[in-house]
Amino acid sequence: MKKLLIGNDAVARGAWEAGVRVVASYPGTPSTEITECMAKYPEPHVEWSTNEKVAAEVAIGASIAGARSMSCMKHVGMNVMADPMFTVSYIGANGGLVFCVADDPGMHSSQNEQDSRHYAKASKIMMLEPADSPECKEYTKAAFELSEKYDTPVIIRLSTRVSHSQGLVELCDRVEQPLKDYEKNPAKNVMMPGNAIKRHVVVEERMAALAAYAEECPFNTTEVNTDKIGVITSGVAHMYAKEALGDKVSYLKLGMVYPLPEKLIKDFVAKHEKVVVIEELDPVIESHCRALGLEVVGKDAFTLLGEYTPTMIKKVVLGEEGAEFAEIGETIPVRPPVMCAGCPHRGTFYVLKKLGLTVSGDIGCYTLGAVAPLASVDTTVCMGASVSGAHGMAKARGAEFNKKLVAVIGDSTFMHSGITGLIDIVYNKGNNTVIILDNSITGMTGHQDNPTTGFTIRKEPTKQVDLELLAKAVGVERVVVADPFDLKDFERVVKEETEADEPSVIIAQRPCALLKTVKYTGHCKISDKCKKCKLCMKLGCPAISVRGDEVVIDETQCNGCGLCVNVCPFGAIEKED
Amino acid sequence: MTKNIMIVGVGGQGTLLASRIIGNAVISEGHDVKISEVHGMSQRGGSVVTYVKFGDAVYSPVIDRGEADIILAFEMLEAYRALPFLKKGGKMIVNTQRIDPMPVITGAMEYPENILEKLSAKADITSVDALSIAKAAGNTKAVNVALIGVMAKNTEIAYDVWEKVLRETVPEKFLEANLKAFKAGYEL
Repeated sequence: MKKLLIGNDAVARGAWEAGVRVVASYPGTPSTEITECMAKYPEPHVEWSTNEKVAAEVAIGASIAGARSMSCMKHVGMNVMADPMFTVSYIGANGGLVFCVADDPGMHSSQNEQDSRHYAKASKIMMLEPADSPECKEYTKAAFELSEKYDTPVIIRLSTRVSHSQGLVELCDRVEQPLKDYEKNPAKNVMMPGNAIKRHVVVEERMAALAAYAEECPFNTTEVNTDKIGVITSGVAHMYAKEALGDKVSYLKLGMVYPLPEKLIKDFVAKHEKVVVIEELDPVIESHCRALGLEVVGKDAFTLLGEYTPTMIKKVVLGEEGAEFAEIGETIPVRPPVMCAGCPHRGTFYVLKKLGLTVSGDIGCYTLGAVAPLASVDTTVCMGASVSGAHGMAKARGAEFNKKLVAVIGDSTFMHSGITGLIDIVYNKGNNTVIILDNSITGMTGHQDNPTTGFTIRKEPTKQVDLELLAKAVGVERVVVADPFDLKDFERVVKEETEADEPSVIIAQRPCALLKTVKYTGHCKISDKCKKCKLCMKLGCPAISVRGDEVVIDETQCNGCGLCVNVCPFGAIEKED
Repeated sequence: MTKNIMIVGVGGQGTLLASRIIGNAVISEGHDVKISEVHGMSQRGGSVVTYVKFGDAVYSPVIDRGEADIILAFEMLEAYRALPFLKKGGKMIVNTQRIDPMPVITGAMEYPENILEKLSAKADITSVDALSIAKAAGNTKAVNVALIGVMAKNTEIAYDVWEKVLRETVPEKFLEANLKAFKAGYEL
C-alpha cells in the first residue's frame, strides 16, 4: 500500500518498520514531526526529552543496552547534542543508533543556516541523505542495519524541503528486533583516555571500511545520458536538477554523503567533459572533489545562501532562462510572521516596551517580540542564551543598567537550557530579572508537551515541574507569578522586580491562545467612543487595523482575548458574544 | 506532463489542509504527486505557500516563477504576491478576503489598492467571496474547502472523488458545513 507522507513521517515509518524501540528528541522545525509521528506507533518508547543532548544520551544508552534507538533534531539542535555524538562515535552501536538532523536552507524557521554535513566529517560518523519521502523511509531502515553492521552511529540528514514535502511511500510491516545482548564492556563503553586511545584506532579502521562501502553503496547511483555534462548532487538538490535538466546531463546522485566515494566520483568525472556539483549550503562534495584533484564547477557558479530552485540550476548548467512570468510592477508590503491574536506574550512585550527595558531574548514564538510594533527584544542567540546573556550584560555594564534589563524565556526553553543560566546568576551573585513566559506548552514548533505541562508525548499524565519551586530551589528568593494580560499589575511587578537588588524570577502565566483548553469567546468591537488615539494599534494585534480613518477589528481574526479592551484608555473597545 | 497547483494565503487560514485534500484527490486518480508544505515560524500569521504537483513522475517539490497552472489564493495581497508564479495561460482563483499584514497595521506601508483589477489586467482570474460561502454553509473556517470547490471545477477530477476525499479528511463534526461549502464553491 502506498500513502502520501511528509519526509519526516516517512523517517518515522522507516524507524518503526526497522523495529526501533527507543526514540528521544527535542522539538525543532523542521524535524519535529518525526518524533510526533513516532508517538503514533504503540511499540517504541517515545519521549520529548528536556534538550537535544539529553535526548541523544537517552538514545545512546538505549543502544548500548541493546535496542535500536533514534534521536531527531534540527540543525542547531545538533550543536547541543554534539558532545555525546563525538564520543559515541568511538563507542559505536550495540543496537542500531540513528541520529536524524534536519537542516533549514533558506532559514524558514531558524536562526542560522549551518550545514550539518560538517558534523559527520568532524565526528567521523557515517551520513545518509535522502532526497524525498520514499528515500526517507528506505534510508532510515538501512541506517539501522548499517549502524549494527559497522558498529557506528549513523546520521540521516534532511532539509526543510525533504522533511516537509509529501510523496508516495510504500508501507511495509514492522519487523521486531530482539534486544541485543548487553554485556559489561568498559574497553568499548567507558571513554577515558586509556580506552579511547584504542577506540580511536577502531574508528579510523571503520572509516576506511565505510569509505570502501561508499564505492558500492546502493544509495550512490549513476545515470549516464551524455559525455558532455555530468552533475553530482545529493538530497533535494538532485530533485531540482532532475526537473531542470532532464536527460540533457548525466547524474551521480550521492545518497551517502559521508564518507564520500573516491573512485566512483573519479570515474564519473572522467566520463564527462564538464562536471557541475549541485549542493545547497556549503561546498562539501565540491571540496572533496577538489581534494581528489578533480576540476569541477561548484560554488563559483552557485550561491552559498538559501535554497536552490530548478530555474537557478537550469540557468547555471544549461544557460537557459526559466519560464516567462508576469511582474507585479510595484512594491508590495511583506507579510512577516506575527504573534497570533490572543497570544499571551503580547501583554508581556507591550509592558516591556512601555517601560523601555533592554530585553535579552530567546528562541520561540516570543522571538517575534523583536518585530514592530512591539519591537521589544534586543538580542536572540540560541536556546537558553537569554538568561546567561543577560547575566553577562549586567556584569559588563553594572547595577544601573541591570535595573533596566530583563531576560525573557519560554517554559520549554527554560527547561531546555535556561535553568543552568539561572543557577549561574545565583551562584555568581547576579541580580537579574528573568521572566519565564509560561504559556503551558512548547508553542512555536506546534504544541509539544514538556516537563512543565504535566503530560508526556503520548498525553499520559506525569509529574509536572513547578517553576516557582524550581526557581526557589536554586536560590532565587523573589519569585512572582503574574498574568501578562493584567497590564497594570504586570507593569507593577516588572518595575518592582527590576528595582530589587537580588535575582528575581517573574512567571508570566497565561496559556497559548491556540490550545484547545483555552476558550476565549466572542470578539472585540470598537464603539463610537473611539477617539482614534490608536493606542490599541501598539499591541500589534493582527485583528486590529485602520481602514481609512477608522480603527476596525476583523471578526475573522479576533478571538476575543480582550487584551485591547484593557489597553483602551477611553473604554471604547467592548467585548461582544 | 506535470500539473502545478500553488496555494497561497495567511498562516492560520487552512492552506495546509487544503493542500492535503487536493493531494489525496490527485492520488486517487493514480498520479505521482509531491506536496511541499510550510511548518513552523512562517505559519504564525505570515505568508504561507504550499505546492501540489502531480503527473507521471514528479521530481522537484517546489514550483518556480511562471510555472503554476492554477493558483488558489486565500487572500488578495497574497494573490498579488503570487502573480509571478502563474504560468502563461494559467488560472488564478482569488478569495476576496483582505487581511492586513503587520507593515500595514503599523502604518509603515499601504495595502495595495484595486488588487483584483490589477490582477485581471495581467491574468485569468476568478474572484470569489469564499468567506460568505463558508458563513452561509455554517462554518467560517470552511473558506479553504469553498475555494477547493471553485478550483475542483477546473480539474479533470470528478465531483464524487472530491466528496470522498472530504469525507476521509474532514473531522465528522465539521463535515456537513464543509460539504456544503464545497458544493457551493463547485457550483459557482
